Amino acid sequence: MKTRIHERFTALREAGELGIVAYITAGDPSLDATLKFVLALAEAGADVIELGVPFSDPLADGPTIQRASERALKSGTTLVGVLDLVRRIRQSSRIPLVLFGYYNPILQMGLEKFAGTAEAVGADGVLATDLPPEESNDYRRILGAHHLDTIFLGAPTSTNERLANIAMCSSGFLYLISRTGVTGAKDHLPDDLPSLLRRARATTQLPLAVGFGISLPGHVSVLGGLAEAAVVGSALVAQIEKATKAGPTAGAIDSAAVALAEKVGALKQAARHGLSRREVAP
Amino acid sequence: MFGAEEIRKSMSTILQSPTTAPGRFGPYGGRYVPETLMVPLFELERAYETAKADASFQAQFQNLLANFAGRPTPLQFAARLTEKLGGPRIYLKREDLLHTGAHKINNAIGQGLLAVKMGKPRIIAETGAGQHGVASATVAAHLGLECVVHMGTEDMARQALNVARMRMLGAEVVAVDSGSRTLKDAINEAMRDWVTNVRTTHYLLGSVLGAHPYPTMVRDFQAVIGREAREQILAAEKRLPTHLFACVGGGSNSIGLFHQFLGDPQVKMIGIEAGGRGGQLGEHAARLAAHQGFVGARPGVLQGTYTYVLQNEDGQIATTHSISAGLDYPAIGPEHAWLADQRRAEYSAVSDQAALDAARLLSRTQGIIPALESAHAIAGLVERLPKLTKNDLVILNLSGRGDKDMDTYSRLL
Repeated sequence: MKTRIHERFTALREAGELGIVAYITAGDPSLDATLKFVLALAEAGADVIELGVPFSDPLADGPTIQRASERALKSGTTLVGVLDLVRRIRQSSRIPLVLFGYYNPILQMGLEKFAGTAEAVGADGVLATDLPPEESNDYRRILGAHHLDTIFLGAPTSTNERLANIAMCSSGFLYLISRTGVTGAKDHLPDDLPSLLRRARATTQLPLAVGFGISLPGHVSVLGGLAEAAVVGSALVAQIEKATKAGPTAGAIDSAAVALAEKVGALKQAARHGLSRREVAP
Repeated sequence: MFGAEEIRKSMSTILQSPTTAPGRFGPYGGRYVPETLMVPLFELERAYETAKADASFQAQFQNLLANFAGRPTPLQFAARLTEKLGGPRIYLKREDLLHTGAHKINNAIGQGLLAVKMGKPRIIAETGAGQHGVASATVAAHLGLECVVHMGTEDMARQALNVARMRMLGAEVVAVDSGSRTLKDAINEAMRDWVTNVRTTHYLLGSVLGAHPYPTMVRDFQAVIGREAREQILAAEKRLPTHLFACVGGGSNSIGLFHQFLGDPQVKMIGIEAGGRGGQLGEHAARLAAHQGFVGARPGVLQGTYTYVLQNEDGQIATTHSISAGLDYPAIGPEHAWLADQRRAEYSAVSDQAALDAARLLSRTQGIIPALESAHAIAGLVERLPKLTKNDLVILNLSGRGDKDMDTYSRLL
């Protein structure tokens, strides 16, 4: 199975470049705004977009994405609406799209209906934060049948044996959580991150994307040569929050799009000129 | 997995066994948590299995239940209530007499000892009515553990006495101001704390909710209620009860009473949920009372477990309402979901007003002011009277005392 995600990581590998995976919450502050943001992010060099499907109880998320989910739900965002947004994005962009959220909305739509629609509108992968591999047999079978990548999380607390199993259940890429904790921008990457990356590398050929706490070009530089991609989420969502603070006017949304593009542009630049593996190897 | 019907069909071959896989009650239960928590849950499960078979752990547990919490609790014949209602003979299982004022201490002692055994110096807890928070803070102080309790700001306002008690005991009470500012949001925040501090922290979950092993472990720690009650009723009446009544929020006091009677098919079990102000979504916390017109409950995944959850069409979790903070929660323990599907236990809901009336009734007939949660069980018994006869024998779990609810009572009665 060759999804757009696979193709993008292949191209990144050939270019020797670290990928930037950009997360924003769909529907924050509206689905129309998200459409603009995604196109701006793609234009600015994002390699993969994670579209957050808002959930009422985002227990793996820190305050920034919690507030974004609340705003998105308040604006009437549903899973059906997010799938339709994917369809609209596909009218003008081939950027790989991952639906990122919690399991219950998917389960309530029904796995078959969800996977069929996601495939039809042009989504590439799905990550359900609160669905570990152990509970995912039906989910993987049905999403796989619809040519959707199933992306699972690896964590610093995961044993080597679990990492191997998580990698076996994953396609597209493996998403490694940099630290024990919730989503949210942090100043420093944790010291044990290289060890987690080494352990994951030993179990799988899949591209490794590192997320949770990535916000600065410096973080991205350090990851060059260690991982295949850096995921940036809360730092982008915070830009949207800041720009639309006084209300989601057309002007505010335009300036949010500009701010997102600048942020991702800076990260992409750091990714292109990152330190080589040799320079950061212990 | 698509929905309740599909799951029931796919599970039809294993419908007979009470627990079909570790952590599963029929199709319900499981472990739906972010990856960071999976290994800690396995470690907890192993520690619990070891402790269960460890005589010294069990001796410590029994010792604290007896000498710290005050077990066994009496099973008291409620003479004036029985006379007043004019139906079945009614016995009260007096969990309200326990140290800290509710059954929550049973589980808090068990998990507190487990935290010590696992070498975790810090415990965190969520609380709705504050009873589990107080029990956790109490056990933490007794065992020398650091304790942080997450509590919704709405609940902090209506259970101010318990907030003061937790602080007196040295616990930190963290105000949770997100979502509906009640129990569900406190659990979200506790899980965020746990996922961040998991290496040093045990999450002392207070009900038969969450990911495996919690629903099983908490039930086991609470099962002492039913073990005592069964012996006590046989000693007093020389026969088994015909009916058990208990309120159901997450469902720990009710499963604690029910569990020892599951093998006695003649014993009917009735769980009483919070009917709040009415049947519309958002007005109640009744997950298993669709037959009474309480809408919005379907099987789904919330906070680690697959069970009946109050939610909208899009799978967003609904807000709930109950006058009782301890019952104000959109999901029910997975074992209850399974008992309901099998019709081994029955569930129904009573209104805020019925619970208030029942609290006054018990206070004035028996001289016992019940917690608002337990008052729901009494109201459930009152509403079922037409179906009961003088030959029936009832055990009602009086899960907590009403001190914490005096503000509400004095305002509304």
